[in-house]
Amino acid sequence: MYAMSVGAASPIPATAALLARERGGGRPYVSLLGSRAHTFFTDGARELFDCAGQGRVDVFFLSGGQIDGAGNINLVSIGDYARPKARFPGSFGSAYLYYVVPKVILFRVEHSRRTLVPKVDFVSAPGGSADHVFRPGGPIALVTSLCLFAFDRQHRRFRLQSVHPGHSVDEVIENTGFAFDQPAYIPVTPAPSTETLRLMRSRVAPMLAEVYPQFAQSVFGATACAR
Amino acid sequence: MTAIICSLDEALAPIADGCVLAVPRESSGAAMAATRALIRRGINRLHLIALPTSSLQADLLIGAGCIETLETSAVSLGEFGPAPCFTSAILSGTVRMLDTTCPALHAQFQAAEKGVPFMPLRGLIGSDVLAQRRDWRVIDNPFGKDDPIVLLPALSPDVGLFHAPMADHSGNVFVGTQRELITMAHAARKTVVTVETIHDGDLLRDPTLVAGTLPGFYVEAVAVEPRGAWPLSLPDHYAIDAAHMSEYARLAAAPEGFADYLQRYVYERRAA
Repeated sequence: MYAMSVGAASPIPATAALLARERGGGRPYVSLLGSRAHTFFTDGARELFDCAGQGRVDVFFLSGGQIDGAGNINLVSIGDYARPKARFPGSFGSAYLYYVVPKVILFRVEHSRRTLVPKVDFVSAPGGSADHVFRPGGPIALVTSLCLFAFDRQHRRFRLQSVHPGHSVDEVIENTGFAFDQPAYIPVTPAPSTETLRLMRSRVAPMLAEVYPQFAQSVFGATACAR
Repeated sequence: MTAIICSLDEALAPIADGCVLAVPRESSGAAMAATRALIRRGINRLHLIALPTSSLQADLLIGAGCIETLETSAVSLGEFGPAPCFTSAILSGTVRMLDTTCPALHAQFQAAEKGVPFMPLRGLIGSDVLAQRRDWRVIDNPFGKDDPIVLLPALSPDVGLFHAPMADHSGNVFVGTQRELITMAHAARKTVVTVETIHDGDLLRDPTLVAGTLPGFYVEAVAVEPRGAWPLSLPDHYAIDAAHMSEYARLAAAPEGFADYLQRYVYERRAA
């Protein structure tokens, strides 16, 4: 059974996962951290990790205060760890889930040289591992406000997959701190269809309001409802 | 035998200065009324373990100067922004931070509940989370070949503290699906619980409730505190108080504002 799980502070991934479930007529299984209505777990906060450790969670989403070109993510601090210049909340489950979930989708709305850096200051979780390290999981993509990157696990590099409507390849290059591969032809990211927008607004947004009331209200003008 | 159900201050007596205190994540039943009572009592030098994350509870305790060591995988106010006291304490170095990852804490509590010295965990290798933890080890899987794996020591906190929907007169506590609270109680030397209400039946005899019940055997004391998780949520009972969390985020952004918050909501015992 296909399962998508969504962690802390992830309203956009939660939207995507619930949308996938709406389109799939109730599948994949979706679990939102902090939700009572939208989870298939009953064994407490640890079940996600036990389930993922067995390879039963197919998709997870991670972000980072910094993300570098090798797919390393930093959720901890900027500068020297012992004397940081800035501090983020912490690594959450990334130092484990990034290794064991086959498809990890990275998301970072702010696409800038501040967030997409040549090398992260602290590795909460690495984008790849040595061959002998147990590593069935890892990044497959990075979504930002400007574009979609695919991740090549063998070469540990991002490849520009598509640029969102209204933005350009030059703008992506200008605002990205790491080097990435650029195919000869880079398409425009398809805009959501009318049906997708309808599902997001009418079905998904009220579900989001349970865990992300501020996001549901500010983006969709939605308030909580039962499933 | 003394009564298991007692006043809040009596229930909190086992939580001494300098102890290792475990608390649950922000959405599993954080004992916020108890936390405010501990701050009023002037508790200090705590080693706080938030299983596996925290929000307002850790931030308040840090801001009030109660924490010496913090062991958790993340502290933030979620949609209400960064945790201001946590952030400034890390930047100024006033709290010793043990950064970890969620499943590591769960595994360490599970080791303690089994009475074994350590638990292996996948992931972590090549991360700075592992590099910063001198108390963790990497071994070669003795049942495999060239397969490094991390070992984490068992964690037995002195006291576990959480808020739950109800307890019965024998101190059996209903936690529902928040089953990491049961693991926490199994691992902790003592467990202190606040509850919304006392259930008149025997939770262990009720077939629909018993599977979500922590036996009183593990429980040191229970105090009744209606809305005891406020302003945080209690699953199936009440949602987070968004207006209050916004007010906290705004006030706690500056030291004077945080002092004002403590005065109004902690020392003056004002509640919603």
